[in-house]
Amino acid sequence: MQTKHLLGIEPLHPHQITEILDLADQYAQSNRSKAPINDVLGGCTQINMFFENSTRTQASFEIAGKRLGADVMNMSMKASSINKGETLIDTAVTLNAMHPDLLVVRHPHSGAVDLLAQKVDCAVINAGDGRHEHPTQALLDALTIRRSKGRLHRLNIAICGDIAHSRVARSNLILLGKMENRIRLVGPATLMPSGITEFGAEVYHDMNEGLKDVDVIMMLRLQSERMDGGFIPSEREYYHRYGLDTAKLSNAKEGAIVMHPGPMNRGVEIDGEIADDLSRSVIQEQVEMGVAVRMAVMNILMRSRREAAQEAML
Amino acid sequence: MTSLRITNVHLVDPETQTVTLGSLTINNGRISGADTADTLLDAEGQYLAPGIVDIGAKVCEPGERHKESFRSAGLAAAAGGVTTLVARPDTKPSVDSPETLEFASRRAQANCIVHSYQMAALTKGRLGREMTEIGFLQDAGAIAFTDCDAVITDNKVLSRALTYASQLGALIIGHPQDPSLSKGASATSGKFASLRAIPAVSTMAERLGLERDLAMVEMTGAKYHADQISTVQALPALERAKAQGLDVTAGINIHHLTLNEFDVANYRSFFKVKPPLRSENDRLAMVNALASGLIDTISSMHTPQDEESKRVPFEQAASGAVALETLLPAALRLYHAEQLSLPQLFRALSLNPARRLGLTSGRLAVGAPADLILFDPNIPFVLDRYKLKSKSKNTPFDGQRMQGRVLATFVDGKKVYQL
Repeated sequence: MQTKHLLGIEPLHPHQITEILDLADQYAQSNRSKAPINDVLGGCTQINMFFENSTRTQASFEIAGKRLGADVMNMSMKASSINKGETLIDTAVTLNAMHPDLLVVRHPHSGAVDLLAQKVDCAVINAGDGRHEHPTQALLDALTIRRSKGRLHRLNIAICGDIAHSRVARSNLILLGKMENRIRLVGPATLMPSGITEFGAEVYHDMNEGLKDVDVIMMLRLQSERMDGGFIPSEREYYHRYGLDTAKLSNAKEGAIVMHPGPMNRGVEIDGEIADDLSRSVIQEQVEMGVAVRMAVMNILMRSRREAAQEAML
Repeated sequence: MTSLRITNVHLVDPETQTVTLGSLTINNGRISGADTADTLLDAEGQYLAPGIVDIGAKVCEPGERHKESFRSAGLAAAAGGVTTLVARPDTKPSVDSPETLEFASRRAQANCIVHSYQMAALTKGRLGREMTEIGFLQDAGAIAFTDCDAVITDNKVLSRALTYASQLGALIIGHPQDPSLSKGASATSGKFASLRAIPAVSTMAERLGLERDLAMVEMTGAKYHADQISTVQALPALERAKAQGLDVTAGINIHHLTLNEFDVANYRSFFKVKPPLRSENDRLAMVNALASGLIDTISSMHTPQDEESKRVPFEQAASGAVALETLLPAALRLYHAEQLSLPQLFRALSLNPARRLGLTSGRLAVGAPADLILFDPNIPFVLDRYKLKSKSKNTPFDGQRMQGRVLATFVDGKKVYQL
């Protein structure tokens, strides 16, 4: 991978995606076997900057960094000088002066991580920017699918729920499209982004039809602020029409897997019984793959930085 | 005052829609029919056109002089070939009383090297609740009335303000937009906005706003100019209103004529304008509407913003771009693309806006004010935003190749700028 940052799936080539997944697969094995891991990030400083609350993603990045030997520092940006009116660029310039090696950034506005990356010298990983992209989530989803289905191409994959407001959906749509899968988007028209017909995906408003013969079902979290009658009439109508239950799931292919980026709303977008059925749901595995994928991304970014530095010295 | 005769020059006449090689005499600040003059100037075959009349530039006085002042705006206008600047009232505070209007006019009088007229707000504080003192403001020199991008949503308030304004013959400038649909949006709905995940507004919001305004014009008989038409969907309504004989004209902003939504690329906030940039399909339709005369005027919608309000994530960034100096070179892109002729361009840049405002400029006719620009439509250059005369440097054209520059600008026969 020649890139300096991981800002989104959009700029990646399919072979770069495969490279990340291959390395992540190795990390997944060694994480399970507790085998010793090469300290590739030894002496590196990693700063996690989360301008938006997150528990699991932040923890996952922290563990990934520590397993590779980095010194990890968490900054809760909600409590920092951002509230004193400092602009994002000022914050970036200030941090840059401390010479970190890696910044992991989550921000509530689309494009904010991109803007920050222009102002710093270190590698930047996008941990979610607004509704735009969440690349490591798409990569961990891809790895989970590949391990479970044995391949990452020519699969029928349904992404269900609040497509319009989801960065997870956007990154997955791009990644799975690049890997040549057939993608269906399932959800009410009010939760579909504009221009959706131009994305090369099939759009379904009836979930039973949308799930017919799919290999993979990706459920999305419905944010509580969307439930107030603005986008959908009510939570119970949403659950009735778009909540994943056994009846709707029966339309999918035998052995289809169920995914969810978490945290789940049981009884809103997914039935508790399915979420906890380990023969169908791979939600736990997704969390596990999250650490492996993030380790792989960090390793590759740091390696390419070192190579670039060496080339510069020659 | 001495007289000047510019010879060997291509005269771009928007009234006759011709370009002819000839000469033109300036005497006593006006265009004269005389064949001789005290001074001769050989223009070496360059082009002379009536100076641009720009409806709707924001000068930021009163309130935000760090962004732009009458002095800096005047210098920028002169360098860009704008000889008449019509200032917007969306300042801090708004120009909504005779007192603020007098302040702004006094500042302009003292500092601005081109003609400057002031527009006033249609409602107090641009809040859409009570109409301003339209009569007093008109007496104090307000040339038109507009709440700018603060659309009046209460139809009762709007209908009364329009009725009152129409009895005084005042020109109303509307911003056709449905604000409930466009609230929070900084892109146009479609694939690009969805890919970049920027909150977006449907192009229908412009049509809805325009249809509402035109119904109000039909009801009240007001004299109405739509500040910016930018979408295909709005054109049939405009065509219908004109065919119906309503006193309606429409303008477009230079950025919507020469840029499209893809220019935003990776969240470049200097391309964030209001309304947001449209699709290429819309842009081409606007160029055609301008050529056919359905859209009457081109304006800069000059909106200075400081670095602090632009160098933030796209959604949070302020809207608007400076354009006084880039208006002509950008407009000449349409000439070089063979989409519009020079007389067609100057009909929209100079003649039509002057006529709409009731000014006698915008023409090359004998007796008209000698507000003129001498320009070379072909000279190439790369725009460097730090060389702009505006205090704010927020132009989307930074680093872009442009073709065509103003060589000299005359206001009332006096040279106010020379390259």
